[in-house]
Amino acid sequence: MKFDLVRLIPIFPLVGVLINGLLGRRIVEKNKSLVHWIACGAVGLSFLVTLGLFVKLLGLPADKRLYDFTWFTWISSGVFHVNIGYQIDPLSMFMCMFVTGVGFLIHVYSIGYMSHDESYFRFFTYLNLFMFSMINLILADNFLLMFLGWEGVGLCSYLLISFWFSDLANAVAGKKAFVTNRVGDFFFAVGMLVLLTHLGAHGVWSLKFNDVFSHAYLLPPHLVTIICLLFFLGCTAKSAQIPLYIWLPDAMAGPTPVSALIHAATMVTAGVYFVARCNVLYSMSPFAMHVVAVVGALTAFFAATIAVTQNDIKKVLAYSTVSQLGYMFLGLGVGAFAAGLFHVLTHSFFKALLFLCSGCVIHAMGGEQDMRNMGGLRKKMPITFASMLIGTLAIAGLPGFSGFFSKDEILWQAYSSPQGSHILWLIGLLAAVMTAFYMFRLIFMTFFNECRASEEVQHHIHEAPKTMTVPLMVLSVLSIFGGLLGVPASLGGMNRVEHFLHPVFGLGAGKILQAAGGPSVIHKAVAQTAAEPHSFALEYELMLLTTLLVFAAIFAAYVLYVKKRDVPGRIAEGNPSFYQLLLNKWYIDEIYETVFINPLRAFSIFLWKGIDVVVIDGLVNSTAAFFVKCGNVCKSTQSGYVQRYAVSFMVGVFGLIAYFMYVR
Amino acid sequence: MVTFKVILPANDYMAVLPQIVLVSTALLVLMMGVFKKLVNASAPGFTALAGSLLALGCVLFVGHHGAPSSTFGGMVLVDGFSFFLSLVICIIIALTILVSLNYGNFFNCMRTGEYYSLLLMAGVGMIFMATAGNLILLFVALETMSISIYALTGFHKKQLKSSEAALKYFLLGAFGSAFLLYGFAFIYGATGSLDIIKIAGFIKTHPQMLNMKFLVAAFVLTIAGIGFKISMVPFHMWTPDTYEGAPTSVTGFMATGVKAAAFAALIRVILVPLAPMQHSWVTIMWIAAFLTMTVGNIIALVQDNIKRMLAYSSIAHAGYILLGFLAGTGLAQAGMLYYLMVYAFMNIGAFGVVALLCKKGEEYTSISDFAGLGFKYPLLGLVMSVFLFSLAGIPPTGGFMGKFYLFTQALRSGYVWLVVAAGVNSVISIYYYLRVVVVMYFSPQASENSIVLGSVSPGIVIALATAATAVLVMGIFPSYFFSLAGNSIFSLM
Repeated sequence: MKFDLVRLIPIFPLVGVLINGLLGRRIVEKNKSLVHWIACGAVGLSFLVTLGLFVKLLGLPADKRLYDFTWFTWISSGVFHVNIGYQIDPLSMFMCMFVTGVGFLIHVYSIGYMSHDESYFRFFTYLNLFMFSMINLILADNFLLMFLGWEGVGLCSYLLISFWFSDLANAVAGKKAFVTNRVGDFFFAVGMLVLLTHLGAHGVWSLKFNDVFSHAYLLPPHLVTIICLLFFLGCTAKSAQIPLYIWLPDAMAGPTPVSALIHAATMVTAGVYFVARCNVLYSMSPFAMHVVAVVGALTAFFAATIAVTQNDIKKVLAYSTVSQLGYMFLGLGVGAFAAGLFHVLTHSFFKALLFLCSGCVIHAMGGEQDMRNMGGLRKKMPITFASMLIGTLAIAGLPGFSGFFSKDEILWQAYSSPQGSHILWLIGLLAAVMTAFYMFRLIFMTFFNECRASEEVQHHIHEAPKTMTVPLMVLSVLSIFGGLLGVPASLGGMNRVEHFLHPVFGLGAGKILQAAGGPSVIHKAVAQTAAEPHSFALEYELMLLTTLLVFAAIFAAYVLYVKKRDVPGRIAEGNPSFYQLLLNKWYIDEIYETVFINPLRAFSIFLWKGIDVVVIDGLVNSTAAFFVKCGNVCKSTQSGYVQRYAVSFMVGVFGLIAYFMYVR
Repeated sequence: MVTFKVILPANDYMAVLPQIVLVSTALLVLMMGVFKKLVNASAPGFTALAGSLLALGCVLFVGHHGAPSSTFGGMVLVDGFSFFLSLVICIIIALTILVSLNYGNFFNCMRTGEYYSLLLMAGVGMIFMATAGNLILLFVALETMSISIYALTGFHKKQLKSSEAALKYFLLGAFGSAFLLYGFAFIYGATGSLDIIKIAGFIKTHPQMLNMKFLVAAFVLTIAGIGFKISMVPFHMWTPDTYEGAPTSVTGFMATGVKAAAFAALIRVILVPLAPMQHSWVTIMWIAAFLTMTVGNIIALVQDNIKRMLAYSSIAHAGYILLGFLAGTGLAQAGMLYYLMVYAFMNIGAFGVVALLCKKGEEYTSISDFAGLGFKYPLLGLVMSVFLFSLAGIPPTGGFMGKFYLFTQALRSGYVWLVVAAGVNSVISIYYYLRVVVVMYFSPQASENSIVLGSVSPGIVIALATAATAVLVMGIFPSYFFSLAGNSIFSLM
């Protein structure tokens, strides 16, 4: 298998988009199942190609694992060229593996979930378009193509959030996501342009990752910081971090497979991927790293507090996603890029699982999402319950499950890394404890006690069909054992993930710089974290502490939501203001509304009614009226008398003669 | 055969092979008119079509290779320029005949042999105008073309408007020809030659000539004569009346073929041989180009008759092409050639659609007749939109690329303000082109549209499809055509 086949990975979904998008309506009329065969087949094939390339990549020695495939020139302007090119290296293959893999499972799940929908083909077209964009985002070998994918996934996110657009709330949620992302994209684009122009000043007119990173040492430090922060603002929008996380909870308006695929497993991790991809730049700017870490830790904590009070099953999971993404950024920010990426992987397994399970629950409950109207589903939906419990145990970080290894690695790095601090660790720990609490609150409210739904709904509750449960089982297995890929050395593991990604991070990145004649290693701290052996004793103690606290949180959830169910209400009544604060998500939406949106809206209305209608429209209309008037005046010269035409002719000739006689 | 070879080598006849084919066909078709009883009524049309396609084939077959040369004692020039324009003109003839075949189903007089033979003769004149190396041949060719077209314009014998148009065109045309001939006489007087190559050589070797009033007078009179044919302001007054009155199939032919031939003459006689005196005509031609664009576009804004609207639009397009004349470089000339080609396709297409909207003995030419056409006949609406978008210069059509090349070259030569004016003019023109599209698709009277397509023969379908495809292909893959035009420029090298 040649590496050049990498182009097939995006092509398959694109072909799916074209077939289903252009002919979908006719295909549905003839044979509905063909639509999902095409869509799932396309992603399945992409996954197989990825798998083949992945195996081939593993076969190479670690320092040779970089292949750049240039397909064709996309933009060419003087010395500046941008190619449609794909880069195969451990990081891109690592991401591509789980994006296509999990994507395939969720495509299969969607067959069952969307089976009754009228716009069946439209849904699969969008899903495939998303896969195409996401694959471009991951595999791109330059900033611009990556940005194309970045915008593409944003578009698909918008299309899929508002998939049932006839409901105004969904349309509004989609718009909110789109506009929020636009804010981030703006800063991202500015960052890209600043990078290009300043590198161009040094003669490097390129947006190719390798060119940019190997010449990054030419840039002054403050500029690197500015670029990193601009990029990070873009990432906060895409990956739902403070301050631009507000769209993600509303994005749950879309169909549940979409929430699982785009808003949990893949798209929202694009920001993490991007920061990891740019680890060379970030490593050059300690300040930017600190910002990433602090924002990540605060988001992890902050979102967890909100999740505790939410009653909508998908909202809980949404805030949990925000919180977990915060973890990943915390990991990146303290220099543990591999740990952050490892959490991306495990999170994609268990969060996709959790969302798909919640989808089964919602499906069975006839669209009900409020957990206060659920309960007792354990018996009626055993497979869903078992899967969801596995997912919950994984996210809570119970020893042995995948989430335990990745989360623990991040916490340990936050504690021990030179860029980390005990405060960051403490915030992360609190978030972890809260995670265990709210996730088990979800489990107990949904699956335990008596069923609080109406008789009619109860009558319909059933286990989901095979196409939905099989992906659950696969993801359950991955959620349990996925963590074994990265068992840290302290627990006798190999930490394969870190070693696999090592050529991209740490020392490998330094090598790129040296190859271009740059300084040897400019981010010592990262190199040290990777190499330095640490004392296992302290790591064990912290691990134990975390685990004990997690168990305590689970027990507390059990007490509050199974045994003494009147207590939460009384607590809420006892602290009404605090409870309201959390329930209303710290009033962030309202604050944004007052501080940003309302002034902007007022200004826009002024621009519309004051400037646009009066000044611009007035100018345009009067210009048009002027020309029409001219036309009417000139028209009258066309009298129809041939004598006058001849006179006009003569005037022309005399004009020419006069010009040559008197002017020249 | 042997004597033939002695007089002239066969190569010389190859150079005028398309013209020979066209003349023979014209005579054959004319004869068919005489033996009406013996031949089918539609035979003249198809024979003419076959002849024009054969001529097109000859142009492509003979092609153009090697260095420019001349034959018949310098009368006919054999170069890329001749090849390119012969190609364009043959395409125009073929498309016009395809349109006419259908048009003849509405108007019986258009089916006669005379009509087609006049059409072919006009085409011969056009090709000779583009290939002539001698001013006398050029003038004769121009008259051949003009007289045929005068007759064609008046071919709606029972319509007063048609006769009026023919008479006006004839009177003013005679006027214009006189100026042209007078101009040629001055050129001869100044340079002592009627041979274009020799004239150019003489001017080059005698720079003091440039200040001679003889040459200035020659320029003034010649530009007036050719300006009449390309409808340059203020020699344009005949255009709307003639275009409106003429049979629509002829209008399309006039708007494209005559213009292509006249621009070819402009390049052959003035732009290249008189290039040394370029600096002296810059100002006046700047004004002429500006006026031509602006007057054409502004009056087109207020037209309700689509043929009149397209007539003014053709004046405006002449103004755009004059940008290339002003810029004067080789690439600018290539831009002019490219533009003439794409202009041929889009204009014949647009007039072809108008020629299709007829019923027995009557045309629908009011813009309001187009209401709702886009829904009633989706394909017709689509191709008409393509032509109008191209005329307005909106990508991805050839009209956009044509403007792009012309404007770029004018900018390179430093005519910034003229290009700005041309840009503003393009914006103005969008209004009246898109008005037709708007009427076709968004008009509230759409449901009241009573137009029924009377006759749609395969010929016109082929013509419109070809033209629309060509417009799009030239817009999407312009570089092939532009390099073809670039290899076809007329230069003295």
